Amino acid sequence: MAVVKAAAYILAHAPDLVRYGSKPWREIAQNPALGERLRSHLRPFEAAAAYPPNQVFVGNLRPDALHEVPEPWYAHPVPEAGPHGRFGGLLPQPALYRALKRADQFDLIGLDTRWLADLPGGEGVRGWPADRIAQAVAAEQALPLYDGPQQVGCIRPAHEQDESLTAQVLLENFAAKATGAFALEALLAQTGLEPAAVEYILSCSEEAVGDRYNRGGGNLAKAIGELTGCGRATGSDVKAFCAAPIYALVHAAALVEARVFQRIAVVGGGSLAKLGMKFLGHLDRGMPVLEDVLGGMAFLVAPDDGQAPRIRLDAVGKHDIAAGSAPQAIMEALVARPLEQLGMKLCDVGKYAAELHNPEVTVPSGSGNVPRTNYRMIAALAVLRREIGPRDMEDFIRARGMPGYAPTQGHIPAGVPFVGHALAMMAAGELDRAMFIAKGSLFLGRMTQLSDGLSFLLERP
Amino acid sequence: MFEGKKVIAIGERDGVPGPVIAECLEQLGAEVVFQATECFV
Amino acid sequence: MDLENQATIKRLAEEHGAEHLVVVLGATEAEGLELAAETVTAGDPSYAGPLAGVSLRLPVYHILEPEVTEGLPAELVEEKLGMMAMVADVGRISEVLTRRRQALMTA
Repeated sequence: MAVVKAAAYILAHAPDLVRYGSKPWREIAQNPALGERLRSHLRPFEAAAAYPPNQVFVGNLRPDALHEVPEPWYAHPVPEAGPHGRFGGLLPQPALYRALKRADQFDLIGLDTRWLADLPGGEGVRGWPADRIAQAVAAEQALPLYDGPQQVGCIRPAHEQDESLTAQVLLENFAAKATGAFALEALLAQTGLEPAAVEYILSCSEEAVGDRYNRGGGNLAKAIGELTGCGRATGSDVKAFCAAPIYALVHAAALVEARVFQRIAVVGGGSLAKLGMKFLGHLDRGMPVLEDVLGGMAFLVAPDDGQAPRIRLDAVGKHDIAAGSAPQAIMEALVARPLEQLGMKLCDVGKYAAELHNPEVTVPSGSGNVPRTNYRMIAALAVLRREIGPRDMEDFIRARGMPGYAPTQGHIPAGVPFVGHALAMMAAGELDRAMFIAKGSLFLGRMTQLSDGLSFLLERP
Repeated sequence: MFEGKKVIAIGERDGVPGPVIAECLEQLGAEVVFQATECFV
Repeated sequence: MDLENQATIKRLAEEHGAEHLVVVLGATEAEGLELAAETVTAGDPSYAGPLAGVSLRLPVYHILEPEVTEGLPAELVEEKLGMMAMVADVGRISEVLTRRRQALMTA
């Protein structure tokens, strides 16, 4: 059996990159006045760090603690919350920009020399003079980078005619690389593992790295490993929309169990395109723009040591191509069937982690409470299988579900934000079994109308 | 009520997806002229 | 509603005639449904999409409403829609869309 030894989570505060998220970018192009409105609703770093869902994400609060936080959560910061988290932490924007530059081997990102000089930790970074940045923005289709009102740098395209290497696409890719590396570093720091001890890296990030001949060609995993000093590792990417982290963890466990590799890091970097996705709903309600952080996560999968929780590879829940897209069929495939294989019932699982999108982000734009809907589906399945009565649905959800708390970063909320909490709860003897479930919207890529999903069980030894 | 009608089916990933709506409406004798599934996240 | 879908609906209304079309929705959040229903009847309330200011007045239903499910074979309803009928607040959904359809009749 393979185990999950550790999980790390980071959030990089990126308020001045929200404008480069897909939705704000398109909306501001049509209505430039929106840009100013957006800027006036951005949060300072301290507010993002003390935001209760973010504190849950980095491990300082348990998910169920959110039941006790009055709504709106953004108006009830966690007292004395800092940027450090039990599972990782939060980084301010200047640290993110520095990391973007550190991830850039082709001198595509230029940070202002004078800004770097005043920045703690900025002295080791080679900057660009201000006139070089101004020239790139004015004449070379570079995107300006801001820190508050100040322009502090830019990112330029890598090729004049290549739509896969525009400044915006490269910024997405560097954002995923830098935040993925932060998460992997946090994982190594947490475990005390030498970077050289990592043998294989699987990236489940959502970007499409490549040039015009191989858009999405990938292997961000190896680039992240290089940046993190994992010189004895190789790697590859797992692509499956938002379900990719579950696939990657299952693949990693299988590689360990088959003795191909022994220490595998699964890593996911943040999604720049999804920054500010629901910002119009937030502006309409006079809320701060809550999608101002890039997520990052990393997991260490290793052989069974008798202590860490095991991934049950004998009961992976899969959604077959012929299963159809009816929610019932999907949930039966992902939840009921794997448990049946083990002779278990839905009530034998202590916690379900499914689609943990923060509802405070999605509800204002009419997109609903995604985790709650998914928990209702699981509870309804328990009713249909006569494990509980219809009146027990709410109790089932309260006990076995949790409030959503992950940033709406596609693959990041896909069940796996709970892995860290599950490890902690299992170590403390508070939880025996958790199921991780993610769904993927394959139809978004227009190659098929299919839905997708995958699940696995994590068990205390 | 739907027989002979041309139906536009707009489903949702965390609700009822487009293909399921289309299948049901075809059963009712409607012609599905467009079906899509939206994903809000 | 997705801007591409709005564009398609607008084109289909021109092609087939709005009087021959019916929209059937599948989302379960009442608030989001109300916005979608408004988009295909009165026009896009967010003024962002191709249906901004375009009043197509299309009749709009939800797949879980009795008007739709009554005519379907019971096994099909049970197999494909049964679980979502337990998840969604069908009463509230029906209330929202009935109001929208009634407004079409009286206006």
